[in-house]
Amino acid sequence: MYNSKYVISGLVIFLAVFSYPFWGNLASKDYNGPKLSLPADQKQCIEPVEFMRAEHMTLLNQWRDSALRDGKRVYVASNGATWEASLQKTCMSCHTNKAEFCDTCHLENAVEPYCWTCHVPPKGNE
Amino acid sequence: MLEKVLKGSPKYYMWLAFLGGIIGVGVITYLFQLKYGLGLTGMNRDVTWGFYIAQFTYLVGIAASAVMLVLPAYFHGYKHFKKIIIFGEFMAIGAVVMCMLFIVVDMGMPQRMLNVMLHPTPNSVMFYDMLVLIGYLCLNAIIGWKTLECERFQVAYPNWVKYLIYTSVIWAFSIHTVTAFLSQGLPGRHYWLTAILAARFLASAFCAGPALLLLLLMVVKKLAKFEIGKEAIKTLTIIITYAMCINVFFFLCEVFTAFYSNIPGHMHPLHYLFAGTEQGLPWVTYWMWIGAIFAIASLALLIPTSLRENMKILPWALGMLVLATWIDKGLGLIVGGFAPSPFETWATYAPTVPELLISLGIFGVGAFIVSILWKIAIDVKKEAGTL
Amino acid sequence: MKRSRRQFLKVASLSVAGLGAQLAAGGMTKAAAAVKPSYKEDALALKAKRWAMVIDTREFASKEDFDACINACNHAHNIPNIPGKSEIKWIWKDAYEHTFTETKNKYQSKEIEDREYFMLCNHCENPPCVRVCPTQATYKLENGIVAMDYHRCIGCRFCMAGCPFGARSFNFTDPRPYIKDINPKFPTRMIGVVEKCNFCVERLDEGKLPACVEAAPGKIHFGDLSDPESEVRKLLEENYTLRRKPALGTEPGVFYII
Repeated sequence: MYNSKYVISGLVIFLAVFSYPFWGNLASKDYNGPKLSLPADQKQCIEPVEFMRAEHMTLLNQWRDSALRDGKRVYVASNGATWEASLQKTCMSCHTNKAEFCDTCHLENAVEPYCWTCHVPPKGNE
Repeated sequence: MLEKVLKGSPKYYMWLAFLGGIIGVGVITYLFQLKYGLGLTGMNRDVTWGFYIAQFTYLVGIAASAVMLVLPAYFHGYKHFKKIIIFGEFMAIGAVVMCMLFIVVDMGMPQRMLNVMLHPTPNSVMFYDMLVLIGYLCLNAIIGWKTLECERFQVAYPNWVKYLIYTSVIWAFSIHTVTAFLSQGLPGRHYWLTAILAARFLASAFCAGPALLLLLLMVVKKLAKFEIGKEAIKTLTIIITYAMCINVFFFLCEVFTAFYSNIPGHMHPLHYLFAGTEQGLPWVTYWMWIGAIFAIASLALLIPTSLRENMKILPWALGMLVLATWIDKGLGLIVGGFAPSPFETWATYAPTVPELLISLGIFGVGAFIVSILWKIAIDVKKEAGTL
Repeated sequence: MKRSRRQFLKVASLSVAGLGAQLAAGGMTKAAAAVKPSYKEDALALKAKRWAMVIDTREFASKEDFDACINACNHAHNIPNIPGKSEIKWIWKDAYEHTFTETKNKYQSKEIEDREYFMLCNHCENPPCVRVCPTQATYKLENGIVAMDYHRCIGCRFCMAGCPFGARSFNFTDPRPYIKDINPKFPTRMIGVVEKCNFCVERLDEGKLPACVEAAPGKIHFGDLSDPESEVRKLLEENYTLRRKPALGTEPGVFYII
């Protein structure tokens, strides 16, 4: 191989930089999710927490399509409870604190959903 | 072949830098439009399409016109076009890219552009428009590149290219037909609701496109020092002349139908464009009359063979023709279509400065693409000794 | 060199395949964990085969008569009050000659000529806007309502060119600053999307009549056009009514008692 000195050392440097996120975090503390402020008067969301955390956006998309296209605006949850399929009227009536609930987590995960350019968050929040 | 892009004279680089500057201004202006919305344009609730869509419509025609070289050369074996055919194909690539950009800048939510593919809707003409534009871009890119490459290595192009070429001939007609169908199938837009619109589009494309091509070639041949070929120019100008005659004839058919039938809805757009309203003459009226005069003047210079073959006069005739067809399609068509509003009031529209800057930026992109593609073609052809 | 390259490729392809398999397996467990969604209609929902509106134009005389309906709609749907040519309107009023362009008459009864008329989306049976929309952001519901999904609209405004009634508006600017009192029960719209009257489908689905109908009791009637016994059908039988631009064949669902 020509110039193997340079090629190999270059590769090593590249790999070191490339894998930095992995070894750079080895020494640091365990990751803790952001502290969210949860509704005080409610114990449970409409579905289990793990499901909501991972799939709330999918669920909202299903709600949207069902409400707008099929006219079915009542969501029957896995425990049999029924909810109006509405971000503003259902979700935000418990999660009245958009800044400390939605935004905190979205910020931490570097996602910027643009739900609230149209949907109206509860007033006490602004 | 791409390396040809990188080796050029200072003039060539200055030209590209100049275009880069225009593109930059367009991009910055577009960022403002993204932030503040289409309110920056002259469009409004009653005139919902404007300069952007008009340019899109015109440029689809320019793109489609490559077929006026391809058809005689490959279908009828007309040899004199073989030398310049690549310029037509490469110009079509630039034109299609501009078309796509004009559609994107016209969108209110360009971030959601891919929804057209995520939710394919066969009943929408716009769905087909997307298909045919992407298809035409690919066809011309593949055919142009492959034939040029074969010319470079002085081998015959493979057989599969021939089938692509035949497809591209039909495709060229289809892109402009579909573009016309965008407008001509809408109830309540009288200026567009006419079966002859697609035919008018094709006629205007087949004169304007080759005319623009010939004008550009006349400039480039001086810079790059080559000959287009007398025979090629002669035949192409005849094609241009016939297409323009048909174009003007079709337009006059519209005028007759509107005014002899005396149906108000059909007369309103033409009246607005050429005679204004009770409130006075809109800006577009002056343009329309310039267009009409240039159309007739260009025909007067193109129809007599002695004038048509005079190389001193020809560029002027072609220039007037391009301008006349651009005014007809790139200004009058959209303005006239929306001027009588659904409430039978006069809806006014004029493009704003940001709108024009963005449009200029897109024209810059088109010119940039055509410049580098033509540079490649000229260098390759010179090396191969086929220019 | 050649040999090691082949080895590298082998290892690389194996690891890619492994990664792919893992992702696929992960995706499957995810899917299994998902709750099977089930949706139903509200028990109170008002239903019809073809919703239609009959406006008794004789009942609308004063500005207040019109404003009651317009304001009710504007508030219910967070419609901004944008001045000028890029205004947003779902329901509005205009003169006879602008409303019924095809039935103009120079020597019309003065009373009819001077009256003003509501305009709104006609919720056509053959809606050109639905036909031209490239993303199905505008679509027709089974009950005849022409609805919109603002999440999907790309803002191409093809529907506005297609609508012969001028019923659609486009958000040329951010609408939020132009809404005085935001109704927290309904979303606003954003820059770059088209919007229009939705026959209050969100209210019908929870058992309420449209906002404008509620605001003008006995003046605007709403019902099932396909039901011969419905109030709207009876009104159509008993009164002379007009529709806007019937010649275009879109079959509007808004009727005007003259």
